[in-house]
Amino acid sequence: MKIYVPMDSAAKALGADEVAEAIRAEVEMRGLEAEIVRNGTRGMIWLEPLVEIDMDGERLAYGPISEDDVPALLDGKIEALGKVEDMPFFARQTRLTFGRCGLIDPLSLADYEVHGGLAGLRRAIAMPQDAIIDEVKLSGLRGRGGAGFPTGIKWDTVRLAKAPQKYIVCNADEGDSGTFADRMIMEGDPFTLIEGMAIAGLGCGATKGYVYTRSEYPDAVAVMRRAIEIARGAGVLGADVLGSGRAFDMEVRVGAGAYVCGEETSLLNSLEGKRGVVRAKPPLPALEGFLGRPTVVNNVISLATVPVIFAKGAEHYANFGLGRSKGTMPIQIAGNVKFGGLFETAFGMSLGELVNDIAGGTASGRPVKAVQVGGPLGAYLHPDQFDTPFGYEEFDGQKALIGHAGIVVFDDTADMLSMARFAMEFCAVESCGKCTPCRIGAVRGVETIDRIKEGDESAIPLLTDLCETMVDGSLCALGGFTPYPVMSALRHFPEDFTSQKEAAE
Amino acid sequence: MTPTQPADAGATTETIAGIISAHAHLEGPLLPMLHALQDEFGYVPAEAHAPLCKALKITAAELKGVLSFYHDFKDRPHGRHVLKICRAEACQSVGGTAMAEHLLAKLGLDWHGTTPDGALTVEPVYCLGMCACAPAAMVDETLIGRLDESRLNKALKSVGVRATGAEVSA
Repeated sequence: MKIYVPMDSAAKALGADEVAEAIRAEVEMRGLEAEIVRNGTRGMIWLEPLVEIDMDGERLAYGPISEDDVPALLDGKIEALGKVEDMPFFARQTRLTFGRCGLIDPLSLADYEVHGGLAGLRRAIAMPQDAIIDEVKLSGLRGRGGAGFPTGIKWDTVRLAKAPQKYIVCNADEGDSGTFADRMIMEGDPFTLIEGMAIAGLGCGATKGYVYTRSEYPDAVAVMRRAIEIARGAGVLGADVLGSGRAFDMEVRVGAGAYVCGEETSLLNSLEGKRGVVRAKPPLPALEGFLGRPTVVNNVISLATVPVIFAKGAEHYANFGLGRSKGTMPIQIAGNVKFGGLFETAFGMSLGELVNDIAGGTASGRPVKAVQVGGPLGAYLHPDQFDTPFGYEEFDGQKALIGHAGIVVFDDTADMLSMARFAMEFCAVESCGKCTPCRIGAVRGVETIDRIKEGDESAIPLLTDLCETMVDGSLCALGGFTPYPVMSALRHFPEDFTSQKEAAE
Repeated sequence: MTPTQPADAGATTETIAGIISAHAHLEGPLLPMLHALQDEFGYVPAEAHAPLCKALKITAAELKGVLSFYHDFKDRPHGRHVLKICRAEACQSVGGTAMAEHLLAKLGLDWHGTTPDGALTVEPVYCLGMCACAPAAMVDETLIGRLDESRLNKALKSVGVRATGAEVSA
């Protein structure tokens, strides 16, 4: 008998460690033959801690399980939810990037290989560099961090650059509210990120990689570091990657609580040990990146998707999706929802289906008022826009962005003026200070929204004008995209920006 | 994370030198050094500034610039335990703002405040990645999902802090 209890930090935040300890004690007391495996999460966070018991070749799920439920669980008195794969939230997904997450022991390389791991790297080792790049281009993979830039083109720029040292930098500085896919895969299937970075290294001729992640993610840091040690010990990393004669090694670096370091040039400065201020582009990081050398900077999900592209073929991956948004996206359903978690699906599902059907509407049972997609720099969408298909261009057409694909649902108690003010306040706190529209604009934005709140309607055109300046004049997405949540709140929920005055009169 | 007060100046100098040399071989070693210093002392002691500048060939102004840029780095001891409460949007969507205000009032602290006995400091954080089980907080490195008063008190108790924010032994 195998008993799976997730070690994902969301599961732990809901008591998974206590449940695992209670199971261990109970198993010992009863003298049962049972192995306890700490897996990643299956992504159905409303059911965490979700315990799975594998007995007689059948793996059944139970959840949410508390410490007190453990004796009944082992007595067989708790009703099973069935197999995870048969549960509607899971069955409707297309799990490519997250295929192994929650299924396997994240720190067992043998388990990883049994479930298809390292097949992609082995295939890449047998390919010339330009064929590796072509495979990524053919897959249609675009940057999953938010910008959506074609990954293969970025890799090719680095491959063609001449330099004594090149780098693969993984942007794991996942600071957007509503997103946790990077954390979940680092904790649940870390070898897939390692494998993806190794393939990137082979393709671009880079021998060194860094994973830059957050101090707010201590569990992910620990799991990644341990996985790198294991991979190095098994010859997946090091001077001779899987006997290929080519080198690739990597390490984890931890940020220090600065949101802006998720911007790639800030990240590179931070990695070098400097203030995390944005660099003007050009030069592109692909040509002058970490320590001035050619550097691939890719999001965790982009890199973690590379192994499955190589294992199953670029065409297989590209067959999923919609238009120029190819493949799948791990959509993170968060905030005021019944069923929160990670839902990986091909691009193209409508926002309304995601919110009302997959997420089950609000947890509070009240009507949905707004949905913020793409983190604190993403627009608030109104239920009138729910037929928008989930895709880069489709969201762009709605003056919105999918970003890192986090969706945060708000019910009708949300005050959109407050949310707009918070967006400006957040920008002011986190601005790196390099460019004026962001550094000063965010502070003036808070003040201007306060004027509107006090009933000064003449401040509304001023806010609009300020937002235009921030969009046009900011160096990076922090100042440039903060107007998305602000202006979308103003555009779709004007009543929240005028009612204060009427109430005062 | 329990900051230890240096026993004597000599030990501090030696410890600082040890931390700097242990990370000197890294590419971009400053942040790893600052994290290690903070793990050891609970903050980045001023005594470390000159040796850091010397080892990395940077000016005092450059070092100050880095220290002041990042929210994590402290220039003086803070509470022996740190409570971080998330202020970001996903937590707000399920009443996080009111919950944070309630908990701060219970502790008698404002953001960045420390209890009189130095046991606990409260800081805002923008996203702990617990967005599907919000609101969220973290006591030292222990995460709390679906944050409420009793869940917070349980987490505080596990590190020896009372619901009032005072240390149990104090």
